[in-house]
Amino acid sequence: MSLSRAFSALGWRRPGMANTALLGLPALWFSGLYLAAIGALLVTSFWTVDDLSGNLIPGFSLVNFQQLFSGPVYIRIALRTIGIAAAVTITDVILAWPVAYAMIRLAGPRLRAVMMAAVMVPLWSSYLARVYAWRLILSHNGLLNWALMEIGLPRVHIGYSNWAMWIVFSYLWLPFMILPVAASVERIPPSLLEASADLGMRGFATFRRVVLPMALPGMVAGAIFTFSLTLGDYVTPMLVGGVGSDFIGNVVYSNVGVTNNIPFAAAYAVLPLGVMAVFLLIARKLGAFDAL
Amino acid sequence: MDDTGFNPIMAEARVNQPIVQLEDVAKTYGGAVALARVDLTVHAGEFFTLLGPSGSGKTTTLRLIAGFERPDKGKILLDGQDVATLPPFERAVNTVFQDYALFPHLTLVENVAYGLRAKKVPKPEAHAEAEKALAAVQLANFAGRKPAQLSGGQRQRVALARAMVNRPRVLLLDEPLGALDLKLRHQMQQELKRLQTETGITFIYVTHDQDEALSMSDRIAVFSQGKIEQVGTAFDLYERPASAFVADFVGNSNILGTTLLRPEKLHLVPHAHAVPEGYEKRHGIVREAVYLGAVTRTIVALEDGGTMQVMEANIVPVHGALRFVPGDSVTVAWPRSACAVIGGEYNKGEQ
Repeated sequence: MSLSRAFSALGWRRPGMANTALLGLPALWFSGLYLAAIGALLVTSFWTVDDLSGNLIPGFSLVNFQQLFSGPVYIRIALRTIGIAAAVTITDVILAWPVAYAMIRLAGPRLRAVMMAAVMVPLWSSYLARVYAWRLILSHNGLLNWALMEIGLPRVHIGYSNWAMWIVFSYLWLPFMILPVAASVERIPPSLLEASADLGMRGFATFRRVVLPMALPGMVAGAIFTFSLTLGDYVTPMLVGGVGSDFIGNVVYSNVGVTNNIPFAAAYAVLPLGVMAVFLLIARKLGAFDAL
Repeated sequence: MDDTGFNPIMAEARVNQPIVQLEDVAKTYGGAVALARVDLTVHAGEFFTLLGPSGSGKTTTLRLIAGFERPDKGKILLDGQDVATLPPFERAVNTVFQDYALFPHLTLVENVAYGLRAKKVPKPEAHAEAEKALAAVQLANFAGRKPAQLSGGQRQRVALARAMVNRPRVLLLDEPLGALDLKLRHQMQQELKRLQTETGITFIYVTHDQDEALSMSDRIAVFSQGKIEQVGTAFDLYERPASAFVADFVGNSNILGTTLLRPEKLHLVPHAHAVPEGYEKRHGIVREAVYLGAVTRTIVALEDGGTMQVMEANIVPVHGALRFVPGDSVTVAWPRSACAVIGGEYNKGEQ
């Protein structure tokens, strides 16, 4: 008997052993890298830095958190980050629905494949290339203003602003909303839509009463992507946000690199974790995970 | 309204008044013909069945009446009004779906109240009616549950209550019992028949199961390849089929030329045994004999070619040995009155 057959036979006789072998590696990865990293982050957030030597001082101090909530600067940055993440999420929900619905319910197999590719192709190109492209489009003498002038409209000044970040983030993360929404629309049996019409509901009422609630898990999955990806980003604010549009990530970045205050960076990085926890609790309250 | 929660239609309505009429209806799907040309009249208060093998057009016909498909040509009259271009939500018909199509995110009472809510019935009244309808299908205590918490038979009853609570002019049922086991299916057949009789609602029922069709229907339309082969009562279809297809699809059949012989009307006697006056006979050799409990099915290879199937009721208990076993020489005999002519003019029935 070959070795692989021997293992298979062993796994069949002792299913517990097979499961342990299968789950062992992911469990190790999850606890060793993921949980340990978050643990280290939390622990570090209570440390301090010696002002003179710049050495880390382990211990338990709330000084970093006091500093975060003492002045308006860090609160404003946090609110800007969360606000734009929320705006991007809502925008992507609104943009994703018609695309996802048309892709699954209206398009034939061929058009559906084309649409699916069109949604995915941007993900194959570099994130930086796409953000730089938007920088060129939105800048004062960029493509957008050139096009507006060509058709006789006044220029707009949205380059290097919160508006620019909102647009670019919404563009960047849109596929992460379209794909889960499309997947959840696809899982709705067509007979349910027929049943709704049969019972007297018009198109929009059917959408509101059947499609929307049944696709909620997909929408929440997409929202987790768009919200958390925006929440953690610091490159787009740097490239298209301009002066005075720092995100939490930018503060973390400068405290790690420039100021060398890792404990403060850690404390600020804990904030998005808390925000995501609240976000997920609300999603659960809405019943988004009932189907899991 | 009576205490079943359903509104019985007055008996006077059942005087052969047409309620659904299809006139010269055709439907193709991308070149594939689903319905070649169908003319059909269903009367108010009838239990009418569309019977046929898969792909014969029976489900397409039902979907055309419901409004899920639009015909390529022809008229679909509901109460005399052409509804062929009306969407489903503007037709006074309701459907019981093959997969039940219950809304998984809604409770049973919300599912059943759905159609009433669409008609803007206020929520408390809609829920009160829905609860009555659930009680009528013995699910009063399940109102707060979700469909996933039910068995197949229970889901079937919810689907029925959800459709019937709207008191449709016509109830359309698309193989509603297909997913149930045999015992439950028989039970539900009786239940459906009872509901139909009590409420007087016209039922149009799609099935491929000929036993189901024969046992429940007032009239049956037999479909084959997008056309109706015959419309008639169970007696018409079984005893006087209009075509070889109907003879073969409805029940088991022995066809000699244009003569139909049903297996249960035949007798087996030992070879060359005398047969009574007025009987026909053929000689042959038993090829197969199968004990089926209530009956024994014997296949006889005839001397002059071909085979005949004979079904004999096991009137006396069978202990161990059948009367005839493979290899026995036998004579198949039948009274001349048992013969039916396939497709005789008198068989066509009313369309």
